[in-house]
Amino acid sequence: MNTNTQLLRFITAGSVDDGKSTLIGRLLHDSKSIFEDQFSAISKTSEKRGMGAVDLSLLTDGLQAEREQGITIDVAYRYFATPKRKFIIGDTPGHEQYTRNMVTAASTANLVVILVDARKGVLTQTKRHSYLASLLGVPHVVLAVNKMDMVDYSQSRFDEIVAEYKAFAAQLNLHDVHCIPLSALNGDMVVDRGDNLDWYQGPALLELLETIEIDRDVNTDDFRFPVQWVCRPQTEEYHDFRGFAGRIEAGEVSVGDEVTVLPSGRTSRVKEIVTYDGNLQTAFAPQSVTLTLEDEIDISRGDMLVKTSAHPPKVEKEFEAMLCWLSESPLDKGRKYLVKHTTRTAKCLFSRIDYRVDVNTLEQHAVEKLNMNDIARVALKIQQPLVFDSYEIDRATGSFIVIDEATNNTVAAGMIA
Amino acid sequence: MSKHTFTHLDALESESMHIMREVAAECKNPALLFSGGKDSIVMLRLAEKAFRPAKFPFPLVHIDTEHNFPEVIATRDKLAADLGERLIVRSLEDSIARGTIVIKDESKPRNPFQSVTLLETIAEFGFDACMGGARRDEEKARAKERIFSFRDEFGQWDPKNQRPELWDTYNTRVNNGENIRVFPISNWTEMDIWEYIGREKLHIPEIYFAHEREVIRRGGNVIPVSHLVQPKPGEKVEVVSVRFRTVGDMTCTAPVESTARTVDEIIAETATTRITERGATRMDDQTSEASMELRKKEGYF
Ligand SMILES: Nc1nc2c(ncn2[C@@H]2O[C@H](COP(=O)(O)OP(=O)(O)O)[C@@H](O)[C@H]2O)c(=O)[nH]1
Ligand SMILES: [Mg+2]
Repeated sequence: MNTNTQLLRFITAGSVDDGKSTLIGRLLHDSKSIFEDQFSAISKTSEKRGMGAVDLSLLTDGLQAEREQGITIDVAYRYFATPKRKFIIGDTPGHEQYTRNMVTAASTANLVVILVDARKGVLTQTKRHSYLASLLGVPHVVLAVNKMDMVDYSQSRFDEIVAEYKAFAAQLNLHDVHCIPLSALNGDMVVDRGDNLDWYQGPALLELLETIEIDRDVNTDDFRFPVQWVCRPQTEEYHDFRGFAGRIEAGEVSVGDEVTVLPSGRTSRVKEIVTYDGNLQTAFAPQSVTLTLEDEIDISRGDMLVKTSAHPPKVEKEFEAMLCWLSESPLDKGRKYLVKHTTRTAKCLFSRIDYRVDVNTLEQHAVEKLNMNDIARVALKIQQPLVFDSYEIDRATGSFIVIDEATNNTVAAGMIA
Repeated sequence: MSKHTFTHLDALESESMHIMREVAAECKNPALLFSGGKDSIVMLRLAEKAFRPAKFPFPLVHIDTEHNFPEVIATRDKLAADLGERLIVRSLEDSIARGTIVIKDESKPRNPFQSVTLLETIAEFGFDACMGGARRDEEKARAKERIFSFRDEFGQWDPKNQRPELWDTYNTRVNNGENIRVFPISNWTEMDIWEYIGREKLHIPEIYFAHEREVIRRGGNVIPVSHLVQPKPGEKVEVVSVRFRTVGDMTCTAPVESTARTVDEIIAETATTRITERGATRMDDQTSEASMELRKKEGYF
């Protein structure tokens, strides 16, 4: 087995019955990632339900409640590998009330596959899913025009849908859009090309997933290192060792580089890049390492190390953000919440709700409160300064979650403007 | 390709280190559940990667069913000693003596009772977070579980009421009486585990490699003969070359027929195996399609 393969995380989005589960089942089946016992379990269930063929969608519909109701109710993760890449799939449901699930799954995805039914074309839901992909900064989008078998594999129908989609997508912040005609049910253009879509010259879905360039999905420019944990062995051998453990969220760092500690603003130089496998000369995102510095300066969890460079992050107590409200209890502007941003947690207040975005029309509306699944532009005041970039520049240092102190629930996801 | 190579194993390793460090930094009194099985041996290496040159900021904890393979227990003790880390062992026998577990049939799997002793151990030490080596590829119910997964006072998991988990920003806050199970290797597959064992040259119990063993065939499963499982009248004892894919309770962990004697040979076999790890080896999961989900709701890890 080739262990030199990359990891790609993707999600599927589409309306109910567009074929998400069937498509994932098809990808797993045709790439030989379905095991015999899984296959026999779903064959039995298909038979029990009186279905003619094995329903591949049963593979991803995991929990008991779902199996009873026959719908996907939460995010489920699936894994498969080809000799070229390892894949993590987030299967997200298409119901309106489940915006939060798509937002959750999209937050870590390199790519989203947005399904449309070739008979129905671009729907309100398609636009909503594309908007969410754009909001969450998913780097790559695949428009999968499914059920091509139901429209006689018509090229003109496909072209029509693609044209409509591209016109809409141009309003969004999507940088890399690919369109593929396919039939999840019959397996055309999923793993194998099939015989029905000869007019289509582009890659089949799996081929695209295996080859799409993802190296630049993390920010490779400006070094960002939120300190997670201070390593102080206090043993004889490591008596004076003070290491700063964390994951490089963006850019790279080398021994000797001048770094600034934020928010304090003190500077030093990188003395060592320590790992279990020996010290490194250079380390890069998203490696987890431990750094030691030339000077003894006060650094603790929540601080961020950056290169003393041309693009410093912002260090501020107030900022604006796009917010997705995830909780059943609405946002209460009179209350304090907690923000967790990189490795720092602080109290916050929502000083303004500028507008809510109607995810179907992209229209902006003035509102007083936010309910579950609402997306809004807000202004926050934080009790102590945060060190951040805009989400568009860096997903890791531009994102935060909001926690309700009363319940300890995660109630919102934020993307700094 | 970029100028740096960052493989899927590098990506998974870095993610797991990040998760463990979040636990160490944010939880008051965490523990790492360590059984001596392959997944928890990988967890130990990940903890070394995350925390060395310091000691682990948590103890290792094993809930011993006393139905374990002796080779696994020996590996457990040796690894903990070699690393110089603290190992806490609590046995189901303690709970049986206290009367909190009542065993009706000695030859039946003890997995369903593990949660009782685990909860008692959590209470004894006041652990607020227990890290475990469960993976999402093992089972359908696990596929939907969060990396930070909350348990109520009865240790129960509520799949309908999970906190959303976004980016790598984990909410580690617990209410009084609740505690967290954390799964740092959620995103690893069986293949990733074997590749990592090979790459890191990890020492794992011998029974993971092919060896000759006395087995009986019962209900489509190959079952190892032990002091707990003896042939019934009419059952024939055979000596077969087998290896274990998981090493749980001796009464319900079935080996697979194999001649793979090295990690590379296991990787080659895993790449062509057509049966899931649990489906092949855990008879307790075959009972019903939803059995794992039910056990999780009841507080099983
Ligand atoms: N004709 C046809 N039917 C399909 C195709 N893909 C999925 N379906 C059917 O559409 C229905 C809904 O599919 P499912 O995968 O459950 O959709 P989901 O709700 O998006 O997960 C099922 O009856 C599938 O068999 C396709 O390519 N062609
Ligand atoms: Mg579905």
